Amino acid sequence: MLILKCPYCGVDAEETELAAGGEAHLKRFGPGSSDDEFHDYLFMRENPKGVHFERWRHANGCGKWFHAARCTQTLEVFGTYSAQVTEPPQEIRDAITAKRPGWTWREFE
Amino acid sequence: MSTRLASQGRLIDRSKTIEFTFNGKRMTGHAGDTLASALLANDQMMVGRSFKYHRPRGVVASGSEEPNALVGLNSGDRFEPNQRATTTELFSGLAAQSQNHWPNLEFDIGAVNTYLARWLPAGFYYKTFIHPKPFWKHVYEPFIRQSAGLGKAPDKELKDADTYEHFYFFCDVMVVGGGVAGLQAAKAAAASGAKVLLIEQNAHWGGRAPVDGGTIDGMEPGAWVEKTLAELQAMDNVTLRSRTMGSGVYDHGYALGYERINDHEPGNGAPRHRLWRIRAKQIVTATGAIERPLSFAGNDVPGVMLASAMRDYVVNWGVTPGQKVVVVTNNDDAYRTALALHDAGVEVVRVLDARSAGGGALMEEVRQKGIRVECGRAIAKVKGGKRVQKVSICAQNGVGGAQEEISADAVAMSGGWSPVVHLWSHCGGKLIWDDAQVHFRPDASRPPLGADGKGFVLPAGSANGAMGLGEGLADASAAGSAAAEAAGFPAKNVAAPEGVASDELPIEPVWLMPAQADVTLRMKSWLDYQNDVKVTDVQLAAREGYESVEHTKRYTTLGMATDQGKLSNINGLAMLADSLGAAIPDVGTTTFRPPYHPISMGAIGGEARGKVFQPIRQTPMHAWHERNGADFEPVGQWRRPYAFVRSGESVHDAVNREVKNTRENLGLLDASTLGKLVVKGPDAGKFLDMMYTNMMSNLKVGKCRYGLMCSENGFLIDDGVVARIDEDTWLCHTTTGGAERIHGHMEEWLQTEWWDWKVYVANVTEQFAQVAVVGPNARKVLEKLNAQAGSGMDLSAEALPFMEWRDGKIGDFDCRAYRISFSGELSYEIAVPASEGRAFWDALLEAGKEFGVMPYGTECLHIMRAEKGFIMIGDETDGTVIPQDLNMQWALSKKKEDFLGKRAHSRSHMADPDRWKLVGLETVDGSVLPDGAYALGEGVNANGQKNMIGRVTSTYYSATLDKGIAMGLVKHGPDRMGEVLEFPGTDGKTYKAKIVDQVFYDKEGAKQNV
Repeated sequence: MLILKCPYCGVDAEETELAAGGEAHLKRFGPGSSDDEFHDYLFMRENPKGVHFERWRHANGCGKWFHAARCTQTLEVFGTYSAQVTEPPQEIRDAITAKRPGWTWREFE
Repeated sequence: MSTRLASQGRLIDRSKTIEFTFNGKRMTGHAGDTLASALLANDQMMVGRSFKYHRPRGVVASGSEEPNALVGLNSGDRFEPNQRATTTELFSGLAAQSQNHWPNLEFDIGAVNTYLARWLPAGFYYKTFIHPKPFWKHVYEPFIRQSAGLGKAPDKELKDADTYEHFYFFCDVMVVGGGVAGLQAAKAAAASGAKVLLIEQNAHWGGRAPVDGGTIDGMEPGAWVEKTLAELQAMDNVTLRSRTMGSGVYDHGYALGYERINDHEPGNGAPRHRLWRIRAKQIVTATGAIERPLSFAGNDVPGVMLASAMRDYVVNWGVTPGQKVVVVTNNDDAYRTALALHDAGVEVVRVLDARSAGGGALMEEVRQKGIRVECGRAIAKVKGGKRVQKVSICAQNGVGGAQEEISADAVAMSGGWSPVVHLWSHCGGKLIWDDAQVHFRPDASRPPLGADGKGFVLPAGSANGAMGLGEGLADASAAGSAAAEAAGFPAKNVAAPEGVASDELPIEPVWLMPAQADVTLRMKSWLDYQNDVKVTDVQLAAREGYESVEHTKRYTTLGMATDQGKLSNINGLAMLADSLGAAIPDVGTTTFRPPYHPISMGAIGGEARGKVFQPIRQTPMHAWHERNGADFEPVGQWRRPYAFVRSGESVHDAVNREVKNTRENLGLLDASTLGKLVVKGPDAGKFLDMMYTNMMSNLKVGKCRYGLMCSENGFLIDDGVVARIDEDTWLCHTTTGGAERIHGHMEEWLQTEWWDWKVYVANVTEQFAQVAVVGPNARKVLEKLNAQAGSGMDLSAEALPFMEWRDGKIGDFDCRAYRISFSGELSYEIAVPASEGRAFWDALLEAGKEFGVMPYGTECLHIMRAEKGFIMIGDETDGTVIPQDLNMQWALSKKKEDFLGKRAHSRSHMADPDRWKLVGLETVDGSVLPDGAYALGEGVNANGQKNMIGRVTSTYYSATLDKGIAMGLVKHGPDRMGEVLEFPGTDGKTYKAKIVDQVFYDKEGAKQNV
């Protein structure tokens, strides 16, 4: 029963208020993309033990989507941030580095 | 024998007698008794039979760790199996039945299993019932099911008569356990101003301390408990709840408390149980410790009991389980039981201390009372069937050759104490092995972590391995202060009370008694009483290669019973470690999972039962439907009329009547449940072009277009008619069940992919009531309303052509009229404000009388759309169907560069010409095809199953055509028109159906374009 702060309405939302939306920062591939690119976009996901970036929706709250950076092993939350970015903002990366020096996730570090 | 003592019993009120029954036998106890103490007071030593061997079993413990004393409690709609006698407070009229025997407790047929024990070891079922293969399903499994199981399930026809509730609670510090450690931790935390919750599973406070003795700040422990409790009760920032168990600790400081509000006085009007859903910044687990049994032959004979439990029965309830008691131990604490028994006038015939040098001050105290203490000695075997009769004594360091046999009727055993680490461990707290104290205890450096990455659980007192009274109080006080500080309340200096108890010498590990016990003894030495697991079973598992404690647990079922191995786990894994030649910490423990102790399903459900389980959505016309014969079916959270059944009609008759009448005269459908999403903004057209497979941006204002929606995977997810309201605004109809889902789908893409597009989506489904006015007389009834009002919108074919919409008035009603049809008839779907829905419905019924108006339900709607070959999301689609499968290429825009699903449609499997495609199906004899039936192909697949080449997706009796009609997906279907396929039904018959065009009725559309 995680608690995540919704960056839009500021509420410390309990998991029952939230809907999980899978991995964050997927790049959409549409018509014109190769079979491999499209396949990876649809199906290939990270499964880390440690730092992870996820999409959540404050479904039973303000209704907004947001991103969360957290540790899948300890359930520590490094921060939540806008869904309207294509990569984790610097302050989130810094917060992770402070706790997990040398972390990497996909192309981010 | 087991009797009530003349003195003692600090928890009972001897002036109040309570009557109860056990297996129908009338017995009496006192107020304050548990069922277990009352049974013992009535010399009911044997309380049940064991799970596998049906051995006689008696009460072993005095609390929630009890493995044996499980009973069926009460009867009828309050019956509940597997209730622990040790945690059941006695009440007047209590009726308990013992379990696991036939025909009765005293004489049980299944007890023959105990003589077969040699042939029923761990893994017996796995090894034995493998061959021949078909025997499993028809012979072995039914037989095993018959003989397995603990207790009886309640009557499935009866509903639980009690009510339950959930309760939400937020605090800074939650302290679990109301023993002296928990009280002191709460006091220390509360002193800093933190909001504190203290819960205790029992009805009384103070835990073991009042029984175990010593002094706290110079007071008797009981007096200190009273004083501290009064102090806590006087504080505004402290909430205290007894009869409330800490059930589980979950992520980020979530915890469950299980309050048994009126189990001790059922039927008093209060909810029975309350589930506390707690959010705590910090949790202190002052959950105490549980004594371990010793593994000697016959350690399960009724009358063999934990030493601490026997002490509890004497001191708390004034009951002694025996008159001549043997105490056997590997530590000093059990001597307290010898003293308690002696003080109560019970004869302690022998104390056997497995340690060669024996104990310390407590042992001397016992010797001074004249009790015979023998060191380095052990129990070789307890003799007796339904109760202890004799105890044979041997050297601990031997194979069990008996040196002496003495008469006794009860045995108090102590194998040492294990901290209750369950709540600490539930959310990831780690344990370390304490060699000196011979137990696992919380490793304070590896606590469960909260959202901030810091620990949020603090163990306290004996739950933290601080076993002595003084050490425990000091530890708990520090834990309480630390918890408050971690919760943001600077610590106040709270002096820990001074606890003084007798000094104890160290425990020595004894995992098998005697240490070299031979196999005849080992196979009668029980580890897990409830699941009947013996020392030899664990040794067998180790020999067979089960090196992981988790595997051994599952192979032997050790610790898998309803007590979750509270007594058995440490002994079992020590035995496994010994068998494997490994150190105990290297073998490790199994995983601790919530709940700590079984909690009722009623408490988990809370108020969510019956009508409250899932609220039903109702349209403005729902009440009319209810009063006019509606046979409702669930559609999402709505209830829609399936048909309106008249008296003397079957549902089937009503459906056929509705179909015919709508085709011939006039039908009304309550279409209010259809989803209505307003999509608005400068980029709304661009957005809808991505959402739908067809083009929506070029739709003219005033017109409607049917659209399909696919997921990014290419599969159909919804369909509906889209209307363009103005330059920036579209109204999208969704399926009834799809409104919220599609709204969410649109929001997801808008918020997370195209967040720079200027579009707003609003779900206005419930703002409008919508009525489909359908049939040859549809226009007439609407024009009549206009005529009655003297004005209204022009509804002619010229002014409002098919697939257009207009705003205006019909009769007295402001409305939006859509000229759309899902039936193939002349049809208007008219939306009015929800508040006027019922009035509009009534006006149509009144005005429609002369035109033969009848309301119709969802089944009529389905049949009429199938007659026209229209697809239905959820029938023709199942999450694996793409528009091409339904021959709907016409709805896939070729002009658009992109839409959701477009890229997926070009993947190789999606473009496979062998995909099953939609066709009409018509039985050769006019009968109705079974829904979901599969069409047989030729040959068999790799699994030897017949190949299938298609399946039925929709099938109905068409009253219009007087025959069965169906649609289905068939391999190469559109190329096989006229072929006859075979569909085996589940009724054993094979149905033959011809592949035909999917449009069965009015293919030209003459009826709707008028």
